[in-house]
Amino acid sequence: MSDTQAGEGGNSKVRRFMFVNRKAPYGTIYALEALEVVLIGAAFDQDVSLVFVDDGVYQLKKGQQTKDIGQKNFSPTYRALGDYDIEKLYVERESLQARGLAPDDLLVPVRVLGSAELGVLMEEQDVVLSF
Amino acid sequence: MTVLHTTNKSPLQTRDLQSCLRLTRPGCGILLLEDAVYGALKSTEASEMLAEAAKDRRIYVLGPDLAARGFTPEELIAGVTVVDYGGFVDLVAEHHHVQAWV
Repeated sequence: MSDTQAGEGGNSKVRRFMFVNRKAPYGTIYALEALEVVLIGAAFDQDVSLVFVDDGVYQLKKGQQTKDIGQKNFSPTYRALGDYDIEKLYVERESLQARGLAPDDLLVPVRVLGSAELGVLMEEQDVVLSF
Repeated sequence: MTVLHTTNKSPLQTRDLQSCLRLTRPGCGILLLEDAVYGALKSTEASEMLAEAAKDRRIYVLGPDLAARGFTPEELIAGVTVVDYGGFVDLVAEHHHVQAWV
């Protein structure tokens, strides 16, 4: 990367990137696109976290079987994120509750946070990307 | 002959299903497909609304869309019928016309 872009503190600063997922999978392309961008971003060794709120929590639902809708089931990819050193997955408690879901219904271990805590975490980020 | 209404948005994210239920009449058929299948699940914030509608309307869910999202027919509100693509075609043929709530 170019040194000309370096701000105060040099260009080696690890930035905090947060990807906010608010859409259900398959009905729109957002969930899959977010995942693609996360995987590309993983190559840059930044501090990456993924957040799942609203219908975004449905992206992590266990047991997705997409054979009959002719779309790729990309849900196993969430389990592979650890291989890319992406280990910060947060789910909003209120979103789970509104949908009658529990952490056991999700296909990957996550940290469940309340809205207030999640709001603080969002404010601490350098970059927040919404999908 | 009655009308078949279709809707494809999650009721937890948009108000399309609410509008559909508000403006449809007893006796009609309502098919939930794509993200609207979440609206037919038990124990969500939208469940009560659909359970109420199911008392005097026929509610259908497109099975392949339900399976894709990781849910089974057992997790649906009582009285909701699961159909496959052939069933979708039959519903269209059985009704006077189809109205989509997009």
